[in-house]
Amino acid sequence: MSDGLAAVSKFLTWSVVDGPGNRFVLFLQGCNYRCVTCHNPHTIGVCSDCGACVAVCPSGALSRTGRKVTHDAAVCIACDSCLAACPTRANPMVKRMTVEDVLGLLRRNAPFLNGLTVSGGEATLQLDFLIDLFTAIKAAPDLAHLTLFIDSNGHLPAESWQRVLPLTDGVMLDIKAFDSERHRRLTGADNHLSLASARLLADAGKLYELRFLLIPGETDRPEEIAALAALARELGPDTRLRLNAFQHHGVRGSAASWPAMPRTGVEAAAATLRAAGIAEVAVPSVWLP
Amino acid sequence: MTETLSQLRRIAQDRTLSFKQKEHALAVEAENMLPYVLLDAETHAALDARIICDMYEGHAPYKPRYVLPDYAVVLRNGSEHLELPKPETLDEAINTLQIAYHHVPSVTGMPVFIGHLDALLLPFCDGVSDDELYRKIKLFWRYIDRVLPDAFLHADIGPTDNRVARAILRVDAELKQVAPNLTFLYDPEVSGEAMLRLCTDNIIACSKPHIANHPIHRAVFDEPGYAIVSCYNALPLRGGAASLARINLKKVAEASASEADFLDVQLPRYVNLNARLMRARIDYLFRQSGFFDGNFLVEEGWIDKDRFTAMFGIFAMAEAVNHLQDVAGRPGRYGHDASANALGHRISARLAELVAREPMEHVWRGFAMLHAQAGLSSDAGTTPGVRIPYGSEPDPVSHVQALLPHHQHYLSGVSEILTLDETVRSNPEAVFQLAKGALHLGFREFTANVTGNDLVRVTGFMIRLSDIKLYNAAKGSRVNTTALGAEAADTVHILDRKPRVVGLELMAGSGV
Repeated sequence: MSDGLAAVSKFLTWSVVDGPGNRFVLFLQGCNYRCVTCHNPHTIGVCSDCGACVAVCPSGALSRTGRKVTHDAAVCIACDSCLAACPTRANPMVKRMTVEDVLGLLRRNAPFLNGLTVSGGEATLQLDFLIDLFTAIKAAPDLAHLTLFIDSNGHLPAESWQRVLPLTDGVMLDIKAFDSERHRRLTGADNHLSLASARLLADAGKLYELRFLLIPGETDRPEEIAALAALARELGPDTRLRLNAFQHHGVRGSAASWPAMPRTGVEAAAATLRAAGIAEVAVPSVWLP
Repeated sequence: MTETLSQLRRIAQDRTLSFKQKEHALAVEAENMLPYVLLDAETHAALDARIICDMYEGHAPYKPRYVLPDYAVVLRNGSEHLELPKPETLDEAINTLQIAYHHVPSVTGMPVFIGHLDALLLPFCDGVSDDELYRKIKLFWRYIDRVLPDAFLHADIGPTDNRVARAILRVDAELKQVAPNLTFLYDPEVSGEAMLRLCTDNIIACSKPHIANHPIHRAVFDEPGYAIVSCYNALPLRGGAASLARINLKKVAEASASEADFLDVQLPRYVNLNARLMRARIDYLFRQSGFFDGNFLVEEGWIDKDRFTAMFGIFAMAEAVNHLQDVAGRPGRYGHDASANALGHRISARLAELVAREPMEHVWRGFAMLHAQAGLSSDAGTTPGVRIPYGSEPDPVSHVQALLPHHQHYLSGVSEILTLDETVRSNPEAVFQLAKGALHLGFREFTANVTGNDLVRVTGFMIRLSDIKLYNAAKGSRVNTTALGAEAADTVHILDRKPRVVGLELMAGSGV
């Protein structure tokens, strides 16, 4: 059992890019990777109540109550000054939500929804909450039609997947890199769990989509694309692949000066993968100017 | 008089208007040389201040604003006046309709309604193959767009799933024309989800059709029913709307000392003044213009003098609510804040109550029908109807939720345009679910545009393409400047072109 509360950085009632149909998306706060290319770095950390954000808040939405930093959404002007000031890549605007809170939001929007996708941060870091939430949805007759998806980096051992998979309809799995040294350099973590998760999810019939971020000079290298093709082939002919292109939006630190991934490079990688026998390779549907 | 003459000369010598458009504009000027229909001083003052507005329909209404003929009559009987025999084949039926359209007046000078086309044409389709049907509809569609090029010209199909409706949807998605505008009348009991899905797939292809909530509209109208025409107006079939006058809610709010003053004093006052304006204009049409006397449309039963409603329009709900929020010292904005939205819903309920207290002679059922009016091109600083201001819309689900409680009150039509970003093209199931949810909860009309939107959610968060553009430009080079220069030339060239198909009703002064 969880303590009954999840740290939620944001939720959306309309999403067409997080699985089939329109999805309610719950972004949970906190991540076990430290990707240099992360475009939502403020979802990585967990607030330590240091108060650095209170000093820069122009609207008075942030204040200290005892040792805690509190956020008043009614006064907040969503300027994101606090995110820039945070030394731990956390977010003082994070909400604490119960399973009942989430069920209420789902009920209010149910006629518009095909399902729920829990994303992050890293969704599986709050696995107990996820299990409680999914169990409650499956047990609610008015919500049982919603399909339940997880968007994950796969950094989760098999025994933990076994607890949540019977409740889960599909997983979008991000593989960050195949070369283990490169993976460590890009994410701060090893990739053996992530790769094992891909195989486990495919075997269980729960791998909805394998996602891969193309970074120029790193993950667009021939050996990375070849390893991706080999894994996809091993997982089965039906494996859906989605290629994403590294962009600068939101990126902080050294990767902000790396080149963005050009469209031609993404299309070349997609062509290589299709030639290698992967039937379904999706590329971004919108290209930034 | 010299001012009028020079205005006439300006029109005659205008380099941008076509011959046909000049003819219209000159006719409007001529009508407006007549004195205005007789108004009392207080109504006239409110009209001059444009707190109430006659849509610039003209000083002497000599035709109803919207005419919705029952085309089944001419297909069943032919027309003695037009010397048309009763059609026997699909070609003859389409030909008869094409002729009929030229005899249907409206405020735009072109018909705003061209029929429930599937119901009209299905009886002529026995023995016609699907391929023949498709080719004939395609020629029909091309004719409509080239000969009657007005965006307000409207065809209806549904609620059944049938061959003609499917052929029309196929042709519409293929040709992507501005005219005709198209509404599918959706009834979950009759249409089936496959048909709804076909409609939402078409929306992704060409932003059409609009999807009307048939059970909700049907309950408002008696036999022979209704049609959706022009800018999503729901009106009695075999009749239409005699007139449309509207209240600028922003100006009423600005004239109010408080929310209570607005709801209890100013709004009742201006509803009454707008009703007086409508009565005067409708009286002229029915008793002085002679429109209905000796008119073959009446004599042959295409239209019935007793089936013309009056459309009681309102607009600038968003600005009115935000002004009243300011007066009350509340920061919440319309479309985003629960208390601001609730104030809007109270205003709509109050309007419905007030309009039901203003009886009107000559009008179908004796009372006007409330309408969320979609604007004129000259409206500056106001948002159409009850819509959320452009550029500040929330996501489509929150958008529908915020406006839903308004819809029950606007019996002659209310429309939102939901703007969906391009990413939905690869997830059509989401558009289907959005439409299904909105209609299920009681949205009268579902309308969506899929565009190259500035605001795009790429993965987790919204970004503005223009921001990225600026960002990239800041790092840019001389090469970029060259490219931009070339692009600007192209753009200007494109903007220079005159659109062949226009929305005539949007032009102010378009007694047109």
